[in-house]
Amino acid sequence: MQIEVNNRMIEARPGEMLLTALRRAHVNVPTLCNLEHLTPTGACRLCVVEVEGQRNLVPSCAFPVQEGMKVRTHSPRAVGARKTIVELLLANHPDDCLYCVRNNNCTLQSLAAELGVRERRFRAERSNTYHADTSSASIVRDPSKCILCGKCVRVCEEVQGVAAIDFIHRGSRTHVGTAFDQGLNVSSCINCGQCIMVCPTSALREQSAIKEVLDALRNPDRFVVVQHAPAVSVTLAEEFGLRPGADVDGCLTAALRRLGFRRVFDTSFSADLTIMEEASELVRRLRTGGRLPMLTSCSPGWIKYVEEFHPDFVPNLSTCKSPQQMLGALIKSFFAQREGLDPAKIYSVAIMPCTAKKFEAGRPELGRDGRPDVDAVLTTRELARIFRLRGIDPTRVVPESADHPFGERTTAGKLFGATGGVMEAALRTAHHLLTGRELEELKVKPVRGLEGVKEARVRINGVELGVAVASGLANAGRLLGEVRAGRADLQFIEVMTCPGGCIAGGGQPLGADRDAVRARMRALYQIDRDEPVRVSHRNEAVRRLYDEFLDEPLSEASHRLLHTHYHAREVIR
Amino acid sequence: MSPESVGCACATETLQADAVLDRFPEARREHLIPILQAVQDEFGYLSQANMLAIGRRLNLPVSKVYGVATFYNQFRFQPRGRVHCQVCRGTACHVKGSATVLEAIRQALKIDPGQTSRDGQFSLEVVACIGACGLAPVVTMNGEFHASVTPDSVRKLVQQYAKDTQNGNGK
Repeated sequence: MQIEVNNRMIEARPGEMLLTALRRAHVNVPTLCNLEHLTPTGACRLCVVEVEGQRNLVPSCAFPVQEGMKVRTHSPRAVGARKTIVELLLANHPDDCLYCVRNNNCTLQSLAAELGVRERRFRAERSNTYHADTSSASIVRDPSKCILCGKCVRVCEEVQGVAAIDFIHRGSRTHVGTAFDQGLNVSSCINCGQCIMVCPTSALREQSAIKEVLDALRNPDRFVVVQHAPAVSVTLAEEFGLRPGADVDGCLTAALRRLGFRRVFDTSFSADLTIMEEASELVRRLRTGGRLPMLTSCSPGWIKYVEEFHPDFVPNLSTCKSPQQMLGALIKSFFAQREGLDPAKIYSVAIMPCTAKKFEAGRPELGRDGRPDVDAVLTTRELARIFRLRGIDPTRVVPESADHPFGERTTAGKLFGATGGVMEAALRTAHHLLTGRELEELKVKPVRGLEGVKEARVRINGVELGVAVASGLANAGRLLGEVRAGRADLQFIEVMTCPGGCIAGGGQPLGADRDAVRARMRALYQIDRDEPVRVSHRNEAVRRLYDEFLDEPLSEASHRLLHTHYHAREVIR
Repeated sequence: MSPESVGCACATETLQADAVLDRFPEARREHLIPILQAVQDEFGYLSQANMLAIGRRLNLPVSKVYGVATFYNQFRFQPRGRVHCQVCRGTACHVKGSATVLEAIRQALKIDPGQTSRDGQFSLEVVACIGACGLAPVVTMNGEFHASVTPDSVRKLVQQYAKDTQNGNGK
């Protein structure tokens, strides 16, 4: 059907909201509270437009399209209303943009600019002063920057099924907080950082490790090494103005060397290693009647979610550490021995698309001798900040390759960055383990794509294996519910905390829509299509590591360094 | 701090909250507010342990339970003091100066509305109107009305109640 917008006809679909139709027609109506694919709340009122026959302005996000409707999106009345709303929001927003982590990357700030706010027309006295909650290892919450749009509350509840935060109190005292206004660290927060991704201001941001890393790099007594995750090389370039989907793998390695890291390792190497261990574990569980379905264990938000919400599934979790922690353990053991370094002098940094990795690095069960295996975790965003600080544009350096002995990867390891990637990589290697042959078609199409839950049936040696892939923990929670209710046709489930996987992780560049995430995903699959070595068991560096140090997958040494156990966790929930 | 170390009876209270919750068989999330009211009626306030128990029973995240409870003025999160003081801030009392009365009480008790003094002696609550406009401004102490109070008179009143409860004849 057609509707008239600003004297032009545009296409609309019956039943959809006006804002959706406007967006499709590239009519730019701003919003602060709208979230794609979630029910509209109409909270911010910025998307108000004039509809002929309606006495009041209507919020286009919550107003269904009607045959023959006439809409004016930028009438003086609509624009004036929007400007007033922004001015009122600014009335009790701190005026410290220059010092704010979201300066130049803030929806409120750009709206004020677009609407031409040039003076402070209203000044409200805050009835409350808020202190930032810095208790979490991953996320800082600063209610003084909050404009109460509610996106974080909805993402936490509706997308992740966690509901660690909600609106507390009423009226001018309203703020977003945890149960009993306690710190995030004792709440049910799983550290995924999806709240940061939707926050229009800096009310939510990552717990920064920039200072610690720069200090370590300056310290001549520290041997500072770095690893970067599979999903970082396909998103970092966006921070430097490139289109989503550009891969800067080699440039990233070169740029990290320029920062002064003594060794630059690739977490995709240890992703291959994870596949060797995890596929072997799956085969062992299948053969020995172990607990099934086996659940992947590389996404730390998911781990904490299982510990808190589904402790009965802890035994289903693979005992494999995540690639970050596997590499961390190897750096301070194998690598330290090989280079004759005191592990205590090594400062191990990880560049991750993820805020939960910061929490994971500090988990006591993942360090040894009272020392963490990974000393600091930087998100993609923080790394971009360091590059800018040091005047390095990682898109304009000559690519280099990562360092031995953890620099070689296959495309299977790289696939870890997208939802379904671990599954695909694991199936390739599990097939080889079980049959001694490669999968005929390495591409496992049903587990690719951005759907929240994907399932496939794979025949290996005449046996049919049921696998499922979930991203977004509300999806994963529903899947676990089915298994608990008796569903028995699934043997292996991959779960990524963030919808879409690490390419849409809570540490990634802000402002990515579904199309951007899709482009990032395409970049990973392009790598898988173009490169020759596509299965983890053909990673020569991984083979050498087994020959020289670990012996074989699930060996005693592997268990000591690469595996762990998780437990039920008590939090306020 | 463990519940025992502050002399809190959280653990036993949870058991009792379960008894209150049993009065709502097949309770769902739309019963949250009546349940919060029933639990507060029973214990005089909503303890964290009880809110957790309510959340579990209704299968609601406790952040939601807390969010709803804090939305309404009627819910308290600290036990009442031995003397519970209500200050009326309705229209008539406001016109007759209840704002300064409230301020005087806050200073005398060193607590804000909704709070209880550390020694458990006094708790303070602001109410919208207690239907005694003819007596404005009015405060109640343990349900006893005091009419036409002034900042000076409420200071004396507070001292009087403090003395009475110390002597063991708190009303």
